[in-house]
Amino acid sequence: MTDNPSRTILVVQPGPMTLVQDRGRFGFQQLGVSVSGAVDIDALDTANLLVGNDSNAACLEVMLGGLEIEFSNAVVIAVTGAESDLTIDDVPISLGVSYFVHAGARLELGLVNNGLRAYIAVGGGIEIAPVLGSRSTHLASGIGGIDGRALITGDVIYLGQSSDAVASGLLLEDDSPTSSGSEINVRIVLGPQDDEFSDSGIASLLNSTYTVSDQSNRQGLRLDGPVIESKSGRYDIVSDAVVNGSIQVPGDGKPILLLADRQTTGGYAKIATVATVDLPRLGQAGPGTKITFSAITIEESQELLAVRSERFNPKNLVSIVEKISLKVDGDDIVVGVADNGSSALAAVEGNTYPVSVEEYTPAG
Amino acid sequence: MASSETSSTTYPRLVTAGDSAIVIELGSEIDPNVNNQIYSLVKTLEMADIEAIRELVPTYRSLLVNYDPLVSGFAEMNERLMDLVDFSKDRAGTEPEQARIVELPVVYGGDDGPDLDSLAEHASLSVQEVIDIHSGIDYRVYMIGFAPGFPYLGGLDKRIAMPRLKTPRVSVPAGSVGIAESQTGVYPNASPGGWQLIGRTPAKLFDVSSKSPSMITPGSKVRFVPVKSRDR
Repeated sequence: MTDNPSRTILVVQPGPMTLVQDRGRFGFQQLGVSVSGAVDIDALDTANLLVGNDSNAACLEVMLGGLEIEFSNAVVIAVTGAESDLTIDDVPISLGVSYFVHAGARLELGLVNNGLRAYIAVGGGIEIAPVLGSRSTHLASGIGGIDGRALITGDVIYLGQSSDAVASGLLLEDDSPTSSGSEINVRIVLGPQDDEFSDSGIASLLNSTYTVSDQSNRQGLRLDGPVIESKSGRYDIVSDAVVNGSIQVPGDGKPILLLADRQTTGGYAKIATVATVDLPRLGQAGPGTKITFSAITIEESQELLAVRSERFNPKNLVSIVEKISLKVDGDDIVVGVADNGSSALAAVEGNTYPVSVEEYTPAG
Repeated sequence: MASSETSSTTYPRLVTAGDSAIVIELGSEIDPNVNNQIYSLVKTLEMADIEAIRELVPTYRSLLVNYDPLVSGFAEMNERLMDLVDFSKDRAGTEPEQARIVELPVVYGGDDGPDLDSLAEHASLSVQEVIDIHSGIDYRVYMIGFAPGFPYLGGLDKRIAMPRLKTPRVSVPAGSVGIAESQTGVYPNASPGGWQLIGRTPAKLFDVSSKSPSMITPGSKVRFVPVKSRDR
């Protein structure tokens, strides 16, 4: 991939916390290096698919919205994940749709009103130097992204070259945004240390409603709810490795659900592990979200993953622009309204731009 | 899923950590022989070069195997790993392997080890005796965790064991050598921490720009060498 240093994003307003994330940093956990990566992998994968990127291209993960960025060059972009008011140069756009934007265009994300984290993919991906094979930001160890930190006003982020002519005006078929809602059911596979817990402890986990506490972040969700009883009254084990979605139970009996930024090892017994397909919803679960758990078998959990992999496929991309062709000033223009939102689009020579609805009110 | 009673658990045993990882447990306690077997098993699995395996994470007495279930499903992986555990067990001990020794120069006491004096007092030893005891043996690197390059070292002499600080420090400088209960360790990077700090090494323990980023690797041994100054 050749760099073109002129293709950049300028950060005008970073919002509460915006991080560069890809699918994560694998291969160094045995050296204590956290995986990190996008907590809503579904939203990351969707965004990258929509703009024609490799699945591991780096995107912006925008917690709570409130972001404003400017593009130096004409690029294809898509926003996925948490819902908020989205505009390009003040024209409303839809979540989960790819748009072609002009050089100098400004993208604004309002505060999120459903979910927690939005993802912005740009054709060509974010082209900063990978650290240990990944561009993901891990705040606790200050590794990856922009100097291992969240974005600040004035940051200039370089973009990679986009692959060929990337289509715009696309959405992913059957794309159900990850946004969690106020109550979610999470599927889990019991183990690895479920035998440390009493029958009543396991029943507590499976039959109670837990609430995401405000002591939650990218490392994990702390849950409030009924205490989970261990057999011996102890919850410590000799420290061993954890995974994305490990549910560990510390001495107070309140479960902690580990997410992308987790440390590599832990010393608490782990009663269960979240099905990989349900992890994205936990990445969108803000404080106060109610969570219930259902146990499934490992075979069922793996079958769900196989189904998921079918969904995130370029063959499931569809154009949302209706085929209404117009001639305007000699240009062929196709106009349409996105079925999944209020935004209007106009396609000029294959590039789909967001347009203001008012401009398309038929005259007379 | 493990269903047997903890008290009667027999090892090795394989337990699941969700749909993409299997944990191979070779014991339940910290034991140098069990830890040796873990690293012997790592070598066996690396040699077997199984397509579905994504990453191995060895710890004190277990090995986490991350795999891609779309390449090999649970039943297939489980059987394959059982076979390799048996194979590795038969092989273990036949060739006692020489652990790599990592020597770390350490300036003990003063600003570099602000808790050395109180530790000596706690242990009813002289400062020099604490230094001699701490630097007198090679420590096994049971595993690396908590933070990039942070080694869990075993074998601290009980005479110089001491509980953690009541109030952890907000920031511990990179390279600080500490003691917590019967463990000793080194902070590769500045971080908050509650260990008793007895010295500091100038060695760069973790370098993200290197292909082998961690100076200390799991399965190796660490030797602390007292020096007068951190200048090299």
